Amino acid sequence: MTPPLWTERKNTKAFAGEVAAGGVGASVNLDLGEMPQQFRRYSRRGKLKTRKMTKSNTALTITLLVFGALTLYTMLTINYGKVALFDAFMQMLKNLAIMFFQPGLAGHFTAFDVFEGVFITIALSVLTTFIGALIAFVLGLLAAVNLSNRLLANAIKAVMSVFRAVPTILWVLVFTVALGLGAGAAIVGLLFHSIAYLVKAYSECFEEIDTGVLEALRACGASWWQIVFKAVVPEKISQMLSWTFIRFEINFTNAIAVGAIAGAGGIGYQLFLAGSFYFSFREVGLIVYCCLAVAIVLEIIATKLRKRYILHS
Amino acid sequence: MDKKFFRKRTLALVGVFVLLMAINVASAGFVGFNPIKVIGDIPHGIVWMAQNFTPSLESFAKIDTILISLGKTILLSIASSCIAAIFAYMCAVIGSREAGLGGPFPLIIRGIASVFRNIPVVAWAFILMFSFKQSEFTGFLALFLGTFGYLTRCFLESIDEVAGGSVEALRATGAGFAPIVTQAIIPMSITAVISWTLYMIETNIRDATLIGILTGAGIGALFDVYYKSFRYDLAALVILCIVVAVIACEAISNYVRRQII
Repeated sequence: MTPPLWTERKNTKAFAGEVAAGGVGASVNLDLGEMPQQFRRYSRRGKLKTRKMTKSNTALTITLLVFGALTLYTMLTINYGKVALFDAFMQMLKNLAIMFFQPGLAGHFTAFDVFEGVFITIALSVLTTFIGALIAFVLGLLAAVNLSNRLLANAIKAVMSVFRAVPTILWVLVFTVALGLGAGAAIVGLLFHSIAYLVKAYSECFEEIDTGVLEALRACGASWWQIVFKAVVPEKISQMLSWTFIRFEINFTNAIAVGAIAGAGGIGYQLFLAGSFYFSFREVGLIVYCCLAVAIVLEIIATKLRKRYILHS
Repeated sequence: MDKKFFRKRTLALVGVFVLLMAINVASAGFVGFNPIKVIGDIPHGIVWMAQNFTPSLESFAKIDTILISLGKTILLSIASSCIAAIFAYMCAVIGSREAGLGGPFPLIIRGIASVFRNIPVVAWAFILMFSFKQSEFTGFLALFLGTFGYLTRCFLESIDEVAGGSVEALRATGAGFAPIVTQAIIPMSITAVISWTLYMIETNIRDATLIGILTGAGIGALFDVYYKSFRYDLAALVILCIVVAVIACEAISNYVRRQII
């Protein structure tokens, strides 16, 4: 009962040719293979094309192929070390189980030490965020094109992208040599990324301000500082505070890493000791739980603030 | 009336400022941070850095070693971001509120993402180091785990943002879960996915430095060797190379973003 496949295909093809040539009525027999690419709404087999190879689609495919090729190459050439991967994996699962299900103290730290460590890390991130926000506020004003001139704004943005390009940990290590080991070097090192991030956030905030408002104030003869404090800040204060808090969350995570590697103290340093000197997975577990508790609370607050003040503004 | 309003506002502002200052002074005392001393030290530090922390001419003899390990680090961060993106995308599709399987999945996937994201990457590095020892693969796994958590959260948001209407339309035609995923969710969210993955690659190049210091692989390890043997000129050259690589990477990903949108 069903017609052979080839007749069906042939019929569709003829139909397609008619449509392409200007409607079913026109009886011109056009070979689809000769049609220019952009008019071909049917594939060579006569099927209706559902996807068109636009420029962006081509770019998308190329991007995915390049990603795939690079990933494959890396995974084939990567140095896997000298361990049996399966055994190592099982051992890791065992350690993870100890870490997550039996966290506790093993005699290297007291509960007070861990507690104090968490507070040192929080204090480091508070200081970094506060100082960073003050500096970034001024730089953000100068980097906003509607409040400053274009040359200065672009110059500041360029400097910030260099600040951001150097990993935080390298800033801290560099300043550890220059300023000596301690909280000072950690805070100065952490400041660079904080400032770069907040300048970007603040200046984009400021650039959203209605030009009419600025023009009106300028026409009244308001000075630059008056414009900033009477129009810009009152309008954007909640967004700025939200961004600052989001940065505080990031700074907490960074402060842990800095403590672990640059010896700046805090919970990160204890994590370093427990993880690579004492090899005590129970203590690593306890410390990770402490970090998780603080980080998740901060994350929840940051998400709420972002939803309320940044996305819906 | 007006006077009272302004006085109240000024008092509130002063109050908030005093509170913030108090918190900061307390923090500074707690960690032993002396801002005045640090500000005084900074010019001296910068002079010292300008003298010692600049690449010298002979340090360029090592540039090939640096570039090879920088290349490895970049490849490592691309591979870890892409593989993490695949896993994160699967989790995000299952856990999406608009399009996923529903039931307890959204909550479970969000919980997993949050835990993976918030466990410090340093902790992952230590745990992995103990079992997998020092190797590039350890670095890859540490990057992968951190990236996985972050990307899952981003993808969840992107999918929920983008897929609402078309998923509902397909559901109304009676389409099952698989056609919905392949015909609506993937085509609608693929640009956002690539955009986030590109962002993660940039971030991972920086994080790979941190992890490299711990796991002894890639550019981070090289920096650590130079830094600890007081070859600050070489360490500065490493930083310079990283800056160039990160900025180039940013430029390329901005270009790709413009092309695919």
